[in-house]
Formats: sequence, C-alpha cells, structure tokens
Amino acid sequence: MSSAELVQVGPASGSATLNQLRRVVICAGTGCMANGAMKVFEQFKQATAETGLQVILELREEAASDEVRLSKSGCQGFCQMGPLVSVIPDGILYTKVRSEDVAEIVVKTLTEGQVVERLLYKDPSTRKSCRGLEDNPFYSRQNRLVLHECGFLDPEDIREYMKHGGYEAARKAFVEMAPEEICKLITESGLRGRGGGGFPTGRKWDAARVQNSTKKYVICNGDEGDPGAFMNRSVMEGNPHSVIEGLMIAARAIGASETLIYVRAEYPLAVERVRRAVADAEREGILGKNVFGTGLSLKCEVMEGAGAFVCGEETAMIASIEGQRGMPRPKPPFPAQSGLWGKPTIINNVETLAHVSRILKVGAEVFKSIGTKDSPGTKTFALTGHVANTGLVEVPFGTTLREIVLNIGGGITDDAGKIWKTGFKAVQIGGPSGGCLTEEHLDLPLAYESLRSVGAMVGSGGLVAMNQGTCMVSIARFFMEFTQRESCGKCVLCREGTKQLLALLDDVIEGRADVGTLNLLEKLGHAVQVGSLCGLGKTAPNPVLSTLRYFRKEYEEHIFEKRCRAGRCRALLSPEINEVKCKGCGLCIKACPTSAITGEKKKPHHIDAELCIKCGACATACKIHAVEGI
Amino acid sequence: MAALPVVVDDAERFENVCRILSRFGRRPSGLIPILQAIQHEYQYLPEEVLTFVATSLDVPPARVFGVATFYAHFALEPKGKHVIRICDGTACHVKQSLPVLNALREKLGTSEKNKTTPDMMFTVETVACLGACGLAPVVVIDEQVYGQVTPERALGLVDDIKAAEMLMARAGATTAAEPALEESHE
Repeated sequence: MSSAELVQVGPASGSATLNQLRRVVICAGTGCMANGAMKVFEQFKQATAETGLQVILELREEAASDEVRLSKSGCQGFCQMGPLVSVIPDGILYTKVRSEDVAEIVVKTLTEGQVVERLLYKDPSTRKSCRGLEDNPFYSRQNRLVLHECGFLDPEDIREYMKHGGYEAARKAFVEMAPEEICKLITESGLRGRGGGGFPTGRKWDAARVQNSTKKYVICNGDEGDPGAFMNRSVMEGNPHSVIEGLMIAARAIGASETLIYVRAEYPLAVERVRRAVADAEREGILGKNVFGTGLSLKCEVMEGAGAFVCGEETAMIASIEGQRGMPRPKPPFPAQSGLWGKPTIINNVETLAHVSRILKVGAEVFKSIGTKDSPGTKTFALTGHVANTGLVEVPFGTTLREIVLNIGGGITDDAGKIWKTGFKAVQIGGPSGGCLTEEHLDLPLAYESLRSVGAMVGSGGLVAMNQGTCMVSIARFFMEFTQRESCGKCVLCREGTKQLLALLDDVIEGRADVGTLNLLEKLGHAVQVGSLCGLGKTAPNPVLSTLRYFRKEYEEHIFEKRCRAGRCRALLSPEINEVKCKGCGLCIKACPTSAITGEKKKPHHIDAELCIKCGACATACKIHAVEGI
Repeated sequence: MAALPVVVDDAERFENVCRILSRFGRRPSGLIPILQAIQHEYQYLPEEVLTFVATSLDVPPARVFGVATFYAHFALEPKGKHVIRICDGTACHVKQSLPVLNALREKLGTSEKNKTTPDMMFTVETVACLGACGLAPVVVIDEQVYGQVTPERALGLVDDIKAAEMLMARAGATTAAEPALEESHE
C-alpha cells in the first residue's frame, strides 16, 4: 500500500462538509509567527470583509459553498519560506507572504480563482515555480504521515481533529481492545522509540503492563533538547491532539490512570497549544472520569521543563517531575518497573505517541509496509544548516542522505544562501550525541542499525548540513561545549572528562596542540563513554570521535601546519596586506584597535604580527579586499 | 521614613509568594512549578524568597537552592528591562550566530559573566536551541523572535529600543513636570 492510501484511511465521515468550502490556511508555527504570520492572518480578516466575501473563522456543520474558511495551522515545516499560506482545495501554496500581499490574494485567488505567480515557491536549482505541494520537491518527495495533519488541521480546534477521525483510535482502545491486544499490536508493528534510543515501544509497554500495581504512569517526553532539532515542537504545535490520543492509548495498554506531558519551556507556543488541547479534551469528556463510558478515569497534566538537557533522559525526567535536580540514576530497575514515585512508568517520545493512533487505525501490516525491516515506518528529520530548503522532513526509514539533503533539501548553499554544487562537506546527525556523515555516506539508507555501524545515530532526528566553509574541529568543539555545560555532574568521567576534552579541542583550535593530543582525545573519549551512567555521557564524545574518524586530516592541519582550511579558527590566521592591491588609503589604520598597521598615505601598508590580535577589523574596513588570510 | 516603603514592598512580595505556594498545595514535589511561577512574578528568584519557600515547604534551603541552580531557566540575579537572547543551537551556530553575540556584547559592554548592563536596561544571554532553526540565526528580544539576524541588524534593533526608551523617558519627564508646573502656578 502506498503512503497516499495510508493517509486516506485517516479522515472519517464528516470531511465532505469541510471540503465544500474554500479554506485559507495560514501556518502558525514558531517560524512563520516570527516572520509575521499573525499580521497576515489579521490582514486576511480585514481584506475579505472589504471585498464582501463570506468568511468564517470556526468550523461549522453546515457552510455555504461560497464561504471561505480562514484558519491557522500548525507548523507546515517549510519554515525558511514563511509565512506560508495555502489555499484548499485549489492546492496552492504561497510562500513569504507579507500583509501587503493579502489584498492581491483575496482578489486574484479567492474571487477570480487565479494564482498569484510571484508568491509561489521557486525551485532554486531549476528556477521553476511550484504551484503547490505536489510539484514542490520539498514536499512531493516526502512521505508525511505524522506531519500530514500538521499542515491543515487547526491545532486549537478539537472538533476539527475529531471530524477527521480523531480520538477514534483511543475509543477503540478503551472500548474494543484489551490491554494485551494493544501491546501485541504495537509490538507487531515494530514501532521503535523515536526519541533516540530506538527501543521497541511494544516491549516497553508490555513490561509495564505486567507489573502488579494499583498506580501506573505514562509520561510524554516533549523535552526535545538537541540543538538543531524541532520535530517534536512542530508536532506539539501542529497536532497536539494526536499526542494526547497516543498517550491515552498507552495509558489503556498498561493500565495507567495518570499521564503527564513534559514540554520544554523553550517552546512557549507548544506549551500553550498542548495545555489548551488537554483542557479541550477534558471539556469534551474525552479525558477525565468515565472515559468513553468504560468507567475508567484518566488524568493528564502538563509540566514545563526548566532548561536542562539531561532531563530528556528518562530517569532524570522522573527526578525533575518529583521536584528534584534532574539527575539520572542507574538502571535497572527500569522505569517500567519502578519509575515516577516508585510506580511502573513508561516514557515515550512525542513522535512515537503520534504514530500510535494511526497504527490502531490501519493495523500493523500497513504500518510495517513502509520503512526497513528493522526500522519500520517513517521518521521526521529537522533539516537545517547550509541547505536551500530548511525545514521539517518526514521520510520512510531507509531513505538515503542524498535524497534528503540534495533532493528534498534542494542542495548545499554557501554562506550567502546561493546553491553551491560542489559544496557538500558533511551532515551532522543526532545532535550532540550523534556523529558526522560524509560524502561516502550519501547513499547509505538511514535506519537505526546502518547509522550505528558508521559511528552515528538517528538520535532525535536533527540533520545539520554543512558546506566546505565549515571547520569540523570547531563543530566538534561546539558540541563538546554543549555537553560539557549540560553534564549534570553526577559521574566524574562525564563531569571532568568533557571538560578536559573541551580543553584539548581548544588546544587544537588555538594552536597549542602537539603529537600526543589526538591520541589523548581518543583515549579520553572512550573512557567517558564507558564511565558514564546515562545517555548524555555515554554519547557525549561521539561528535569528537566521529570527526576524528572522518576528518582526521583537518585536525592534523590544525596541529602540524597551524592552519584552518575553512579560515574559522582565528588564532591560526595570519592576516597580511597584499602590497599589489593596497592603495594606501589608511582605512585599515583607522579601524585597527591595537594600532598594528602602519604605512604612509598612498603606499602599501603593513601589519605588525606582534601587535595584531586577528580581530578582522582591517579586512572589514578595506573596500578593495587587500587584507588577505583572515 | 525611607525604610517604610521597603517594608511594605517585602510584605507584599511574600504575600504573592504565599499565594503561589497555596496554588500548588505547598507540596515539595511541586518545587519546580512553584519556582517558575515565582520567577514569572519577579523576573528572578531573590535569595530571601528562596529561603522563605524552603521554610514554607519544610525542606532544607539547600534543596531549594540545589534545584534553583541546577536548571538553566532560573535566574538568581535580576535581569535588565530588555532581555536579548541569542539562540545557541547548531543551526544558528553554523549560520554564524557568534558574530551577532559578540557585536551585541561589545556594544552594550556585557560579557559571559556580566550579562546585564549596569543601568539594568539590557541583559544579553545565550539560550538553548529554540527550535526555530529554519530562521537561523535567531535572536529573541523581549519574547519577539527575529530570524536571519546579522550583527548589523541586531545592533539596529538595540538602537531602536534605546530610541524608544529615550522617547518614553522624555514623555515621562514632561507628564511628570506638568502637574508640578500647575502647582507652581497656583
């Protein structure tokens, strides 16, 4: 079965009335909101009123066909091109819409049914305009199952979610299925945790189900702390009800009566939407006492994190919920045996839970038909960095890096954002616990096992593309600085080891390293992996070890030639004035904060290497680019 | 005479804290939401309030300080009127967020250690990935998100705030001066 059919299974009765009227959907994810999506929304309200179009803002049972429904959606994933406005059922996607453009859309598209050419997305490599999702390579090459509804459902409207078959799976789980059946189904589907570890979800549930306890908990892990990853944010913002539905099914499967959603505080919009969704579900009688008439009760709380990366780890998160410092503890006992307040607890990632309701609807076989044998289903990746199309990408497991970065991502760009055909250098996958993939891995199918074999991991799904102008030692240092800062301090090797690793990387970057540094980096890296309790420490050296494995030459250049080929490591730079180019205008002399530049007017100037602090002010000041090497 | 307003202020402060404590049922397990609510009220966690919370929850002050210092969101020092946060995520980093941070620090005279300007007008800090990576590099000023920020643009935004503050100060000065003038006429 193709994914298109799989999506079709979702919407239940009632969607016909929705399709009768034209809808204008304005993306209201964090990215588009920052670019002024709310102004565009307000402008639409005003402009449609002026032209006399019938506009409704809420979902109604009956609507006249000439009415236009204006609604907000969650993150549609194409953040860089925001604010996004799509017109349904015309299938038009407008990008970078400003409030000034609204009047034209209202007149041309909504009344005359024509397309406003200049607001369409242009493929940067072919220069072709794309009308909508079908001919836009960013969307057409994806397989959006979890994200599908983020694009058009109003995340603040529970009725709309229900009209599209929402909470049907939860009802089925409570009314028609026994807990064993649910666990068996999820195990059969092969669903694995999307948060990074890839542990089979069904087995985790089963372990908690068999525990004999009157109180059990389900926690949704929305503490997405990896820098450069925002998949969970998009799902919580765009379709919070799908997460709550997954949470309900999990609760039913293990026999829990209390659930909790732990959301990262850096995502204020996600916190707001999830809170609202929980309140709406309670009001509709979906959550609360006597769920679906079964006599079972189910509570759902929302807790905001307080800014600690380590709380993404299960046991640390439990400590945080209990009001303690978020420090992990040894496993076993696993949370499924003894978790929150010592009771059996399961913790699932946002994306994992968002998959659950679909599995109940379509069955394990259909779910398994996409992806690879060991890693079934789809995975969302946050594609960022030096690529033409940054945003949220959902593809089946087994998709190659080439497809994601070069085709969906539209190719590598330079610092100015222009396509750079030969610019590909590496992709960092899995954030601070992941590793680097290079040109040789472009055709590697991305899945849990294949990535582990090359020293990387799926992680939560951050993909940061880097061009040739990136210094890999600096990147390793960036991640090491992050994990060093976020180490909770419990294990000595993680606390002190990351600090020493960081100091060693500083030596390399600042030209103090010698022959022994690289060996020491490797040795210490392995020691930190072995001597740490939780995932943070066990994976903290990965970025260093992985760059050492694939970009060792670059490290050696820094150490032995005192040279950074990307020109990013300031201490290794040696700025010089090109005597042929220099016209002796004196601009650099004025700009230099340490008076290191001397020279007469109209004669080539000179930089005193002793005094120079390599700040680059001279290069910025020089209008004819005569300062070189910085 | 001078001490009186401070006393009133403190009493009011603890009254608010008491209200927050009651809202969370004075349970030690609710410590994090309690501190979040207090910080929401005061912009930071004053030391005497933390001790007060510890006494009210019947836990050692070390436990409360331990939690307050563990999480990055809790500030033990007051912040400036305008808080500028530079995203420190990977995407922002590879898209050159560091020059933006350095330019802001240089202009406002702040540093890694001293994040707030002496006049308490600005605080410059880095923040963990905000998940708006499509817009990298990202700067958040007083909850407003700005994407694709260059050092020049960031400095321009600061200038705008300074200009607005000047205008406000001037307007405030004239409105304050007006009744005084009327009084003098009488």
